[in-house]
Amino acid sequence: MMKQFGYNSLKSRTIDYKNINTTLISYIIKNEPSFSSCISCGSCTATCSAANLTFFNIRRLNIQIRLGEFENIRQEIDKCMLCGKCLLVCPRGINTRNVIMLIKKGLVTFNLVE
Amino acid sequence: MNDLFIIAPFTIGLIILLGILIGKYVVWTIQLSQIDKLRILHGFFTVRTLRAIREIFWESLLHRNIWKTNPLLGYMHMSFALGWLLLIIVGHIEAYMQASSLSVSPWIPIFFRYFEHEHFYGARFFAHTMDVLLLYVLSGVVLAYGKRINSKLFGIKRTTKLKPKDRISLIALWSIFPLRLFAESATAALHGNGGFLTSGIVFRYLQVTPNIEYTLWVLYSCSLAIFFITLPFTRYMHIPTEVYYIFLKEYGIKLKKQFNSYSKIQVYSCSRCGICIDACQMHHAQISNNQSVYILKNIRDENLTDRKLYNCLLCGRCEDACPVNINLNDLRISQRIKSSKEYNSSYDFLEYSITEKADVVYFAGCMTHLTPGIKKSILTVLDTAGVNYLFLDKDKGACCGRPLMQAGQIEAAKKLIAYNRQQILESGAHTLLVSCPICYKVFRDDYELGQIDIRHHSEYFLELLHNQKITIRNTQKSIVYHDPCELGRGCKVYEQPRELLQSIGTLKKVKHEKVESLCCSGSLGDLSLSMVERNKIKEQTLEVLLKPNPDILATSCPLCKKTFVKGVDIQVKDIAELVAENIQSN
Amino acid sequence: MIDVLIIGGGIAGIETACSLQELGLETLIIEKEKQIGGHLNNWDTLFPTKRSASEILEYYTEQIRKKSITIYLNTTVTSIRKQDDGSFEVYTSREVSFKSKTVVMAHGFSLFNAQRKEEYGYKIYENVITSADLEQTFKQNNDVFVNPMGKIPERVAFIHCVGSRDEKSGNHYCSKVCCITAVKQAIKVKQLSPQTQVFCFYMDLRLYGRGFEEMYREAQEKWGVQFIRGRLSEVAENIDGSLQLKAEDTLAARPFKMSVDMLVLMVGFEANKSTALFHNSCGVACTESRFIQPRHHHLSANATNIDGLFTAGTSIAPLSVFDTLNHAKAAAFAIHSYITK
Repeated sequence: MMKQFGYNSLKSRTIDYKNINTTLISYIIKNEPSFSSCISCGSCTATCSAANLTFFNIRRLNIQIRLGEFENIRQEIDKCMLCGKCLLVCPRGINTRNVIMLIKKGLVTFNLVE
Repeated sequence: MNDLFIIAPFTIGLIILLGILIGKYVVWTIQLSQIDKLRILHGFFTVRTLRAIREIFWESLLHRNIWKTNPLLGYMHMSFALGWLLLIIVGHIEAYMQASSLSVSPWIPIFFRYFEHEHFYGARFFAHTMDVLLLYVLSGVVLAYGKRINSKLFGIKRTTKLKPKDRISLIALWSIFPLRLFAESATAALHGNGGFLTSGIVFRYLQVTPNIEYTLWVLYSCSLAIFFITLPFTRYMHIPTEVYYIFLKEYGIKLKKQFNSYSKIQVYSCSRCGICIDACQMHHAQISNNQSVYILKNIRDENLTDRKLYNCLLCGRCEDACPVNINLNDLRISQRIKSSKEYNSSYDFLEYSITEKADVVYFAGCMTHLTPGIKKSILTVLDTAGVNYLFLDKDKGACCGRPLMQAGQIEAAKKLIAYNRQQILESGAHTLLVSCPICYKVFRDDYELGQIDIRHHSEYFLELLHNQKITIRNTQKSIVYHDPCELGRGCKVYEQPRELLQSIGTLKKVKHEKVESLCCSGSLGDLSLSMVERNKIKEQTLEVLLKPNPDILATSCPLCKKTFVKGVDIQVKDIAELVAENIQSN
Repeated sequence: MIDVLIIGGGIAGIETACSLQELGLETLIIEKEKQIGGHLNNWDTLFPTKRSASEILEYYTEQIRKKSITIYLNTTVTSIRKQDDGSFEVYTSREVSFKSKTVVMAHGFSLFNAQRKEEYGYKIYENVITSADLEQTFKQNNDVFVNPMGKIPERVAFIHCVGSRDEKSGNHYCSKVCCITAVKQAIKVKQLSPQTQVFCFYMDLRLYGRGFEEMYREAQEKWGVQFIRGRLSEVAENIDGSLQLKAEDTLAARPFKMSVDMLVLMVGFEANKSTALFHNSCGVACTESRFIQPRHHHLSANATNIDGLFTAGTSIAPLSVFDTLNHAKAAAFAIHSYITK
């Protein structure tokens, strides 16, 4: 009924911080606390071999996961080659490779994407 | 007295043990791949079998490798293995001599003193010999007690923790020989048939009755039975499995990437001697739950957590130290493969570019791109030597696949391998030059590049030097060389970098080098180590490397270089940079 | 016995000495270089006024002459030892030692060695220089602006936070002055060479001081300096010597490549090596970042854990010239009340 009036498609553009799905972010931070110290400097994405050829952007993944937005993450994360360049350039010493592993594992464990 | 209570526990225990062992080995053998089964068939009637027997003698009985690392521990293991075997053999000879026949009941040699009190020709000699052997085993038992109480006495920092079933088995094993001593001494006190050890010492001041004697023998038999029955379910399974493993290894069976029954045999061959714990550098970061012995234990108990599994540098020091030669690195990776089954990956975005033809293909790899000093030096040397080369991943390149391999994502790695392989083959080059040991390892192990020679730059530059394509100026500076794990233990390249460095300066020795060399802590093999923990490990490694006070700390891996550069005041240089700095064009 | 021995003849040390002299105490400065002034000798202009650094140095040279302050040049302090009577014995490279009631550690900082950030290519690629190198260039030549290859650059990039806020360099702290220095230098480049495009790559812009924000706006509005929020990750060299930068424009959320003719690395502060030496010889407390730990961050920022041992200037943390001079003046008062109490 509501759908007919188009309520479903009127998804608000604003971020609703009260109702964020924190499953994945909590799981990652519990297992890799360094994830929380990201300052979004972008050096990881800049050096990333995949990011230079695709839309894969590990820095932005951090933000999307914080906001509980999981669409496309599954497809994007598949492009990571785990080469470790991001790990080497991160000024905060974030263990990015473990983060990738945890995202992959978390998405499946908590059934966050179909 | 009823002899049944003495004979039965032992016999039942032995039958159960043999039943389980045969059952397990048959299943494991059946589960081996067809090719591996053929390997056993073809190898059986060859010299390989003899070689296996020789190795069993050296390792399973004498424990030569443990002796080399830790003589006291070696003695302990040897006293149990060799001492017990000799007790059995000499015991049987004794029984045959006494009966003047080979047909004696199988339990007679085991409980010989209890059943046979008659004097026979050579009885004294056997009594004394058996006592010597018993004393020998008992000395090992005493050491084992000591090791449990204080493992540091053995130069071992930690020892493995026990589960209830292990504890039962351990107590049974530890009681077998003291009980035998007491039982034989009791019999000797009643019948006077003991040797120097059993005839007097124990029951000199104690009145022995036949009841006491009987009870002791029953207990002895029971302890044997308990040990036999628990053996297949405890770490003592390593005793028969190691023997079986040595045969399979000699027949040329190799560990596969996926966990299979051969992996299982390796897992069960671990004696939990604890040598790998000491070889592991993780303890510098106060990590003491992830060493190989624990991992193998967890695999057996099926309770391995990701945290432990992925927390390992894969440096290979434990593998090198392992007295049983278990492929600890690859076993761990096989578990990672198991654990990361659901991980997908897709690299369709990698475009095949038309590669130019060249004699030599240079693959810098991801890490070298973050160390432009190394990259530039390699190109300088190639230009100076006039090599016709193609810089394959100059602009956009794919990863070699080794980091994925290490993380257990083998299917993903295969995709990158296929991509890079085609690019390399298309160039028509005869040599693939690599400046990163991580790439080098996967190129050698997994790429199947056919006729193409794969060279790390330390090997390649040495060849250029030998062929007088380049000459190098000697700086007279003192240099310490750090062996990268993947190049050293991973690919066994130890001498070429050293020979090259000797033409540049004076090479100084360090405490742990070549096969024993330490890891820089930067390894991509580890997925969960924090920066702080890595730094702690690195500091310990640097302490060893800087001990001889060198002018230059040289290595041949961009990742090692990047790891070290943060922690030292002296120059940290890759071998390529040292060559490029001191090259003289002809 | 002298009243105050000051280690370091940079602006912190000299200012402390001048103030103390005015308060009637006898001072002695020990300077390891052949001249006073420290890092300021290598600097062209100061932010946010853009006034010449030599102006400050001339002022202090004059003060030293007027107040006839004793300075030992070319002398390095090797260790400080506290005596039983509460005084200090200070040992130097000249095989003479000094007895003093109090000691001021005004030995300053070291610049981060940009070679340790290998991916930025300093001393590997010709056109990569540091902010300190650029000041030298400005000092030597105030008319034209060329890159190390002698070419007027089409594009110049300034990289913030080189060796600061970087766990991989071992320095987690902010060096405080590099952001505003980059802004100042960017303006100068534009002044000398208006046709050159100037880019600043930053993680966060920290323009906290008086007049800093104004200078930032000037750079944007008047000079068209472009600020890109993204940290540089890799540099490669093209055949012509220009440099290929790899960074992400994080606000656009896209990685990009840019070719520049010159790269300026804004090198940060590191604790002077002498700090470790003093820590070992007299037990002065240091922070995790290897600078000296003041006794109380707010209430006694010049005293240390050792009575009679004081600090002035950047031996405690990265500070601007402005903050350094204030810290030095405060040191003089702290010492005066310690001696006269």
